Amino acid sequence: MQTLNFLKPNRDNIKNYSIIGSFLVLVSLIDVISNAFLKVNLTSFLPGSLTSLFPLIIGLIGLNMMRIDYSGNKKLDLLNKNINTNNFNALLTLVILFSIIKALPQSLSWMIFDATISGDSKDACTGTGACWTYIKVWFRRFMYGMYPNEFHWRINTAFILVIALGFVGYFMKENLKKYLALYYVIIYPVIAYLVIYYLISGGSFGLQWVETGAWGGLSLTFIVSFFCLIFCFPLGMIFALGRRSSLPVIKYISICYIEFWRGVPLITVLFMSSVMFPMFLPEDFFMDKLVRVIIAITLFEAAYCAEVIRGGLQSLPRGQYDAAKSLGMGYWKMHIFVILPQALKLVIPGIANTFLALVKDTPLIFVVGLAELAGMLALAKTNPKWLGFAMEGYIFASIVFWIICYAMSKYSYNLEAKYKTER
Amino acid sequence: MSDPIIKIQNMNKWFGDFQVLKNINLEVEANKKIVVCGPSGSGKSTLIRCINRLEEHQEGDIIVDGNELSEKTKDIEKIRAEVGMVFQQFNLFPHLSILDNCTLAPIWVKKMPKKEAQELALDQLKKVQIDDQANKFPGQLSGGQQQRCAIARALCMQPKIMLFDEPTSALDPEMIKEVLDAMVSLAKGGMTMIVVTHEMGFAKEVADEVIFMDEGMIIEKADTKEFFANPKSDRTKLFLSQIL
Repeated sequence: MQTLNFLKPNRDNIKNYSIIGSFLVLVSLIDVISNAFLKVNLTSFLPGSLTSLFPLIIGLIGLNMMRIDYSGNKKLDLLNKNINTNNFNALLTLVILFSIIKALPQSLSWMIFDATISGDSKDACTGTGACWTYIKVWFRRFMYGMYPNEFHWRINTAFILVIALGFVGYFMKENLKKYLALYYVIIYPVIAYLVIYYLISGGSFGLQWVETGAWGGLSLTFIVSFFCLIFCFPLGMIFALGRRSSLPVIKYISICYIEFWRGVPLITVLFMSSVMFPMFLPEDFFMDKLVRVIIAITLFEAAYCAEVIRGGLQSLPRGQYDAAKSLGMGYWKMHIFVILPQALKLVIPGIANTFLALVKDTPLIFVVGLAELAGMLALAKTNPKWLGFAMEGYIFASIVFWIICYAMSKYSYNLEAKYKTER
Repeated sequence: MSDPIIKIQNMNKWFGDFQVLKNINLEVEANKKIVVCGPSGSGKSTLIRCINRLEEHQEGDIIVDGNELSEKTKDIEKIRAEVGMVFQQFNLFPHLSILDNCTLAPIWVKKMPKKEAQELALDQLKKVQIDDQANKFPGQLSGGQQQRCAIARALCMQPKIMLFDEPTSALDPEMIKEVLDAMVSLAKGGMTMIVVTHEMGFAKEVADEVIFMDEGMIIEKADTKEFFANPKSDRTKLFLSQIL
């Protein structure tokens, strides 16, 4: 800006300019903070409209004065390079900063200072803040659904067992490592299924039978996500290889499969699995609704996995195939030892993406009557005793889902770093 | 005179409508070293890729060590295991260490015990003088070292024939020598070799025969001395005058 040229520092008094500039920015920040938190208007002596603009103008002038190229001060240079490159960016910085400061007191007081957590009924929530009592009272329902309270230990035990079994791979002896893939693709899912079947479903070993309709809450989210993740990956791998096969029958079956499942919305697939599918089955054949839903989601997500993996396969240079072939490796050896280890490494971000989407798609099973975490919320918020707390419920659910998904994406970054190789 | 180990008769190959190889006839006896040269696009690489069926030919016969190569060939893997190949771009497996690159195929294709395979690999790596790099990964090695490792990897399968597809073309000049040295010592060991290269010094030193190709045809095939001293066709003379 031409008019602001007099504010440009010259070489001789860089220090003065940076001190005055940071002082002005500080003044503007103090003004906004005191306004937001203490409800004190320091600039009440100014005419109305100017009062609200005052911090912005002062801050802008301050940032303008601080914008010194090669000041020699590392922190100042970093600041200038990132959020203070020109007047427009300085303005954006200030507006965003001030908005956050202004929004903070209200949200903090709603979520924490004015919130209620004591008591065990709606009557406890009389304040203006959030009613965390609601979450507290419903917590077990959100975690375990309609599963009988006295049997919750069965779910906990089953999960601990399944997680422990998942770590077996880390402690396998060197000479057993070659069975690692076999373990995770076939043995582990089967054992996990048996553990969950006998512990959570019960019906034998003196454990009372609990039908899957009563399962729910976060534990159901975990069960559905777990089985879908563990099965959709190998299935996707098979279809990815199939789509690149030179045998026309396999190739076209794979293409049809992938295009079919990618073309259908998940919600219709779920409806089909629970409403239509039983009609095609023989009378005496019974398949649990939960199992049908898990199969449906698995088949659906496998198509997405297949395309992600195919992307990885295609990004490998042809020379890798040539080299493996020239050493006398057949199709399977070539893929198992040379192609897939490299391709799968490349698709970790894409697979993580698909898996995250899968976890966040699980609430859709509510449409067929299975209430996992988000489904339980929907049930709870229509409970006549607890009307009007949808907001708290959704905030709770978002935090839980965010933690799960963030953990997954962190894990995928770790995997990426661990298996990084130079080309 | 023994039976040829590689026999190619009236071979033709097309990429789509474009004929890359025209009426190729070639016989290679065991322990002979053949250098194939010619301008780029003349079909040299395609010719040697046909010998281990990385490319499929449409007409004619290719017989390698008594086995005919065609769509009907059931165990093409077995034939490929007998024919080692070294590529222009090295094509090492980047996710495996140098040692694992060399032992992978012997262990899984030849069913060799792991320990034996490692001994063999270290032995071969020693011959190309990179046994001290055995535990590094390909990305950590120079181009010349990678190419020598690729040679060792092919040799670990104990092949009867070695094919080299422009092994030095992707290398910095000072690294070419170390790779060529490894190839020369291999040649002196009596291996049957077919080498596509522009290194005429190498051809003069080790080749028994030189083949000159252009536009998918074998223009000239002669003993090495004869080829350089007294080339017959004008195309060969022109090529040699430009390259030497």
